[in-house]
Amino acid sequence: MITFDRVSMRYDEGHDALRDVSVTIDPDDLVFLTGHSGAGKSTLLRLIMLMERPTRGQVIVDGRNLQKVRRRGIPRHRRDIGVVFQNHRLLLDRTVFDNVALPLTISGYDHREVGRRVRAALDKVGLLDRERAMPEVLSGGEQQRVGIARAVVGRPRILLADEPTGNLDPALSAEIMQLFEEFNSVGVTVLIASHDLALISRLHHRIITLREGRIVGAGA
Amino acid sequence: MSRSGRGASHSRTQLGDRYRAWVHHHRLSAADSLNRILERPFSSLLTWLVIGIALALPVGLSATLQSAQALSARWDGGVQISVFLKPEVSAESAQSLAEQFDGRGDVATVRFVSREEALAEFSLQSGLADVVLSLEENPLPNLVLVTPVAALDADAIAGLRADLAGREEVEEAVLDMQWVARLAQLMELGRRVVLVAGALLVAGVVLILGNTIRLAIESRREEIVIVKLVGGSNGFVRRPFLYTGLWYGVGGGLAAAILVSVALWFLSVPVDELARLYGSGFSLRGPGFIGALNVVLLGGALGLAGAWLAVSRHLSDIEPR
Ligand SMILES: Nc1ncnc2c1ncn2[C@@H]1O[C@H](COP(=O)(O)OP(=O)(O)O)[C@@H](O)[C@H]1O
Ligand SMILES: [Mg+2]
Repeated sequence: MITFDRVSMRYDEGHDALRDVSVTIDPDDLVFLTGHSGAGKSTLLRLIMLMERPTRGQVIVDGRNLQKVRRRGIPRHRRDIGVVFQNHRLLLDRTVFDNVALPLTISGYDHREVGRRVRAALDKVGLLDRERAMPEVLSGGEQQRVGIARAVVGRPRILLADEPTGNLDPALSAEIMQLFEEFNSVGVTVLIASHDLALISRLHHRIITLREGRIVGAGA
Repeated sequence: MSRSGRGASHSRTQLGDRYRAWVHHHRLSAADSLNRILERPFSSLLTWLVIGIALALPVGLSATLQSAQALSARWDGGVQISVFLKPEVSAESAQSLAEQFDGRGDVATVRFVSREEALAEFSLQSGLADVVLSLEENPLPNLVLVTPVAALDADAIAGLRADLAGREEVEEAVLDMQWVARLAQLMELGRRVVLVAGALLVAGVVLILGNTIRLAIESRREEIVIVKLVGGSNGFVRRPFLYTGLWYGVGGGLAAAILVSVALWFLSVPVDELARLYGSGFSLRGPGFIGALNVVLLGGALGLAGAWLAVSRHLSDIEPR
């Protein structure tokens, strides 16, 4: 589903964030990406999102060689991928409903369809009764679940998450991870960057480990 | 969980649905942009006024100029062409020539002054009766005084003069064009001043709006980043800002139309009085409904232009990092 072929990535400042990374993530898999801070986890996800371009090598996502995706094609590409961020990145002046609806509005769904899908997504993350609330009044865990609902509302085949539990206590973190497992069980390929080894090693999924931009363990 | 296995199905949404959704998003963007403007009534009102004043100046000037042009086109009967006939032309043929002139569409009145009448008038008015009497022969030619119709402008009057001068019987056709030419030149000067001032102020309006939109973009930077992250195209991100520009421009145009109407109405009372004293039909005309509508449309167009300027310069700089 996602293939990195000898990918190197150097930021303008001259620091090598990824070095010669080759790895394949199979369809319907749930994979953790771990390593110390600065190991290159976020960079790897950003390459999949086309927020950055690799310095060398190729990234192939769902059969699409990202080298061939021009600037104009980037929005289209991003619509096929759901993303969850550590700081959830919600629109603070919009309701929970409007935040979750955003990807559908962008894709041009009929607004009745939007209503159905948003409620289905909120239902899955257990926030159906908060659709009229503003993000600020929600707890950290609830905000993150809104972020997840937004990521899955367009029914993407790939779901990326960058430190989704970074700001949450262990119990809430476990709940969030359980949500990701549920999405994975219905056929979504999930890639989660997390440095919380204690949490992810309990979950029995493949773990890819980065150190200073290199893959030191790709799990099985 | 009840997920259908359809996966990413954006491409499968029907074209008709997508069109309706697109229209829907336009409506949403338009309403949302208007809401944001109305949420800060004081600063929005200031922006409208600044644009309104900048637009009102050229619009008001050109309305005044148009009124003046309408006046100068009418001349109010002040122009006369003196057509001096050749000495050999007899009084009878001079009379019939005068009748021919009278038949022309561009001639209002004709007065035939025979050489005898002219001499009598001259001796009377000049006080040189003795000298005139001592003349063996009347030195004055037959004269036809031609008044052009009121609707003629300076060029047409000059054309008429040349036409009359070209007749075989005519020695000379004289028009005191000096004041007419001066007025025409003044009008032309006024027109150009309005044009230059208008161009400068219109450019100013576009820049003001561009800057306003730039600030709006800046204040919503994080939102733009998020929208781009979840796949918003440039067009999608651009839309609300273009509407913001449109609303500012339309509001500014409305303010300009009101300012101009009020100002011209305020001026029209003394101007009408003045015109009456001078026996002129001059009156200051406001922009009227169609004129006001045009000002509003102009404002809207400038708003869109300013927003486009800002959006194309600043929006692509904002990329998710
Ligand atoms: N925008 C950037 N510009 C320059 N260097 C960056 C940028 N983002 C990350 N880096 C560097 O690249 C390396 C990898 O960073 P990152 O992918 O964020 O690691 P992680 O997510 O594992 O903490 C780090 O050394 C970091 O300093
Ligand atoms: Mg990171």
